[in-house]
Order: sequence, then C-alpha cells, then structure tokens
Amino acid sequence: MAHGIIYNHLDLPQVLVVRPPDSFSLYQSQYSHKFHFLKAWESPVPLDQFLSTNARNVQALLSCGRFPINVDLLRLLPSLRLVVTPSAGLNHIDLSECHSRGVAVANAGSVACCDVADLAVGLFIDVLRKISAADRYVKQGLWASKTSYPPGSKLKGKRIGIVGLGSIGQEVAKRLEAFGCSISYNSRNQKKSFSYPFYSNVVELSANSDALVICCGLSDQTHRLINKEVLLALGKEGVLINVGRGAIIDEKEMVQCLVQGDIGGAGLDVFENEPNVPKELFALDNVVLSPHRAAFTPETLTSMREIAVGNLEAFFSNKPLLSQVIDD
Amino acid sequence: MESIGVLMLIPMNTYLEQELQKRYNLFKLWTAPQKPQFIKEHANSIRAVVGNAGAGADAELIEALPRLEIVSSFSVGVDKIDLAKCREKGIRVTNTPDVLTEDVADLAIGLMLAVLRRLCESDRYVRSGKWKKGDYKLTTKFSGKTVGIIGLGRIGMAVAKRAEAFNCPICYYSRTEKSDTKYKYYPSVVELASNCQILVVACPLTEETQHIVNREVMNALGPKGVLINIGRGPHVDEPELVSALVEGRLGGAGLDVYEHEPEVPEELFGLENVVLLPHVGSGTVETRKVMADLVLGNLEAHFLNKPLLTPLV
Repeated sequence: MAHGIIYNHLDLPQVLVVRPPDSFSLYQSQYSHKFHFLKAWESPVPLDQFLSTNARNVQALLSCGRFPINVDLLRLLPSLRLVVTPSAGLNHIDLSECHSRGVAVANAGSVACCDVADLAVGLFIDVLRKISAADRYVKQGLWASKTSYPPGSKLKGKRIGIVGLGSIGQEVAKRLEAFGCSISYNSRNQKKSFSYPFYSNVVELSANSDALVICCGLSDQTHRLINKEVLLALGKEGVLINVGRGAIIDEKEMVQCLVQGDIGGAGLDVFENEPNVPKELFALDNVVLSPHRAAFTPETLTSMREIAVGNLEAFFSNKPLLSQVIDD
Repeated sequence: MESIGVLMLIPMNTYLEQELQKRYNLFKLWTAPQKPQFIKEHANSIRAVVGNAGAGADAELIEALPRLEIVSSFSVGVDKIDLAKCREKGIRVTNTPDVLTEDVADLAIGLMLAVLRRLCESDRYVRSGKWKKGDYKLTTKFSGKTVGIIGLGRIGMAVAKRAEAFNCPICYYSRTEKSDTKYKYYPSVVELASNCQILVVACPLTEETQHIVNREVMNALGPKGVLINIGRGPHVDEPELVSALVEGRLGGAGLDVYEHEPEVPEELFGLENVVLLPHVGSGTVETRKVMADLVLGNLEAHFLNKPLLTPLV
C-alpha cells in the first residue's frame, strides 16, 4: 500500500457496502487502492435515497453477513452483477432473487470449515465430559476432599449423525472418527465419495444416533428441520450440537426437551434470536453455550477478508469467481 | 471369601465399593475417626488394599499390614504405591491400564479446545448476559497447531492420533527415541517446548519426572504456548506455573491434576486462559465400571490362585 498518493476514486471500481462487515477498517486500509468503497451507512440520508443517488452504476456489493440482500435492496441496484459475502452462511441473501436478476453470489467458501468443525467437536467433548460444568465447579471452590466429580460419558463408540455433509460436516466427521465415533449423515444429496451411511430422513438419522451435529446452512428446507419429532427420536441420552444457524432447530421445543430431560444435553453456538438466549438454559449443567464465535479466529477472519477481496478482484478482471455459490 | 479383609483407602466408585462389600470383609479407611488405630485393629485380617490415583499403599501402610498380599489400584498411575517395598515383600500390585487410555486422551483434546477456543469463558459470557452488550472476542485457532507430547506411551499415542485429525503436527519427548514412529523427537523437554505450541504431559510420575515441567520449560513454551496436564500434579512445578500464568509468560493451561489435590491454587480461578478440572481423566460411567471390574477381577484371580489380569508387580 503506497503512502502519500491520493487515488482518484473515479478510476477505481465501485463496491457498495450497505453495513460494514467485521473489521471493515482492514478492508479500507488494505484495499482502498483497489476499490472505491461506497459506504452507505455513513450517509445521513435514508438508504433508498442514497442508493438512487449514488449506486445506479454499482456492479458489486460487499455484504456484512447479516443485512438482508433481498428484493427491496436489489431493485434499487439496477447495475448489480455480484454480491460478495465474507461469511459462509447465505441465509441473509435471497439467492433465487439474485439468480433471476443475473446477480452472481460469492461467499467464503470453505475457509472457515476447520475452525467451525473444531468448535463443534469442542462443544461435543465439553457436553459429554462436562468440561465447562467442572471448570465452574473447581473455580467456585467446590472440589471437596473426598468427593469425586460425577462421571461423564465416553466418546468412543458414540454414533454421530451429521446434518449437512458439506465442508464443515466433512471436517467434523474426520475429527470425530479419530475419537472412535461412528459417522452417519443426512444431506440434500447423498455424497457418493463418502462411505458413511446416508439417511434421507432426519428423524431416522436421529433415531440411530447418540448425537446430532448440525452443520448445514439455513434455507427454506432446513428451517425448523430439528423439530420435536427429531428431538424425541434423539432420546434421553442424546446430545445436540449446533454450529449452523439457530433457526434450523425449533428452539422452544429444544428448550422444553432439555428442561424435561427428553434429550441428554446440548452444545450451541447459534440461536434463533441472537444475542438472546433462552434463560431456561442458564440453569442447566448439561448445556454449553457459545456466543456465535465458531468461525471467529484471526486466521479465519483474515481468510474470509482475502477471499472476499479475491472474488471482487476476479470479477473486475473478468476472471472466474473464486467461490461462487451455485444454486442447486 | 467373606473372611478376606480388604482395605479401601478412599471413596472412589460406588459400584466398586458395593461389590467389594458383597464379596469381602470391606474396611473403609475414610470412615475411621483414628486411622492408625483402625489399621492396627484390623491389620490381622487385611490381605488386600484398594487405592487409586489419590491414595495408595505407601511404605508405612505396607509395614502396618503384615498379612498384605495384593494392592489393586483403581488407576493406571501407581506413583502413590511403594512398588519397591511391594517387590521386596512379594506383594502383588495391579492397576487399570488400557481401559482408560481413550478417555484421558479425549479429555486432553477437550482441554486444548477449551483453552484455545475459550469454551468455558465464552459459556460464562453468555450465562452472565454479557453477550447482549457486545460480541465476545476472537479466540485462537486450534487446527494446525504443533502439539508436543511428553511421554509417547499409550495415552501419548492416543493424544497424537486425535490431534492429527485436526492437522496438528506432532512432536515428542521420551526417555528414548521411538524407532517405530514418524513423529519428530526432541531429546529434551525444553527443546520440545521451544518447538511446539501446545505441550501435553502424558508420562508416568517417577522420581525422574518430578517437575519435568519447570520454569525453564514454561518460559520456552512461552506467552502463546499452552500447557495441558493430564498426568500427575507433581509433573509440573505448580508455584512456577501460577506465576508464569499470572505474569503472562505462559499463554494458557488446561489442568486435570494438581500437586495437592483437591487443593487448587486460587490465583488460577480468575484467569480466562486457564481451564481447571477435578481429576476426571478417566471419569466416564463406562470406563469407571470397566476399571472397577478390573480391580474386582484381579482380586478374585489372586484369591483363587489364578494368573492376575493386569499385574505390575
């Protein structure tokens, strides 16, 4: 990045930013010699007015990962041809509306999959071996001389049902196999390159699993996929791990099942209405709560930023996108 | 069999206690108001001692039990048993190897994830309502970190196998280099600590391995390094560990064992980069039952003059 040179914004390709993604200042400092970021949130005028004044020719949008990219926004951007989101998650983007308008979508691909898989496995071990509960116990000074802490449950031999065998689900499977767990899965389509047993029905997967790990994205098909029937099939010893999106699970039902002991425990990184978490869960020792941080390590954020910029660069040089989302 | 006296040193497992009660004349040392008196009173009928990681047959106890024939430990570690004295007197010693290897290795990885990804701290963050006021910070990536293992025995190998699934390069220190492994060997613990990001203690406790993790090792591991102890408390110089953590010379620690259990240095309670567990390495329902059955099986074999299942001495 050269210092002391003022770039003529008119020469640089415009990228619309409606709300800033995490660490936007780094995009700004590292890439403002490549792109002219049109920062809609800095304007005092209402968004639609800002866009009709400034964004008629904008071809690319950098999403913050949360602000909805839907028909209301898209109809104000007649020249838009690309949406780049630094997240892996796509549920904030109306993919079919983008598709019908000829707007390509690129996300973070699989850069976050190891960190997310690590967190899923960490939550699973924590629930089974009561790590957070025991850490609380010791730090409250409760470890008395002659008592031994109530035992947890062994990992080896546990049957893991992975919901969504994409890049995250595959990394979860690889890790848990090393602990002696057996893997089955449900996914939109069976993956022929994997020999894990495939269940086309989530209830059946659940009935044959000791733990369900939710690794899929949120879509119309997966909304409230994990419902009461699935939870009851999981059973009193069953454990639920969610690193997907909160709305994949019927949260109210899940809370009730946990409180009543209809399922054995849960490790949750995501919730229906973040940052709100049902307070009934706070009283439960068999639940581990994480504030949506599965992908949030410095390395992954850097990779997400780099791949977002890489997609923008590819687009503006008429090259193939690095991680285009193909709607299937 | 009822007339055989068995001395159980501390409570360790209800199922084991109940079975011992059924099969033998069980003496529970922890219930005695005056322990030396209690031992003296029953010394003539005690032929077996059942201990665990926390309590074993030391020289004093062995001397006080002239009819002692076997010490059966509900643990794999036998550092609390005076093995030399047992050998001298022809007393058999059994432990519970293999059956708890996986649980201990699972816990080591669990501790690594808990420390690096701040699982316990972020759970606290959510429960306290702080998430409503702002996001929790970034945490440290675990996948791909170099894991250094002190002691490449059963447990060390099981830790290595699991860490490899997270793309972690593995290196180790052992008394002698192992010819049948691809992992990188370092001839000293300081060198190992200088070349890894997560250091795991997985060797037995002996005179040589006391304080094997000392100030020099901790400084070599450094302000971004994490220490995981699933061995024995005395493997680590505990006061040095506390000051290294408090001063930031060591990046974090996940501990399952301590020098004077159940005492845990209170200076560690408030540290967000430290996870503290109450010696639960083998703490699963499944494994504790298998361990108990091994203790019972060894005792039964001994008193029936059959070969012991898992003898050490």
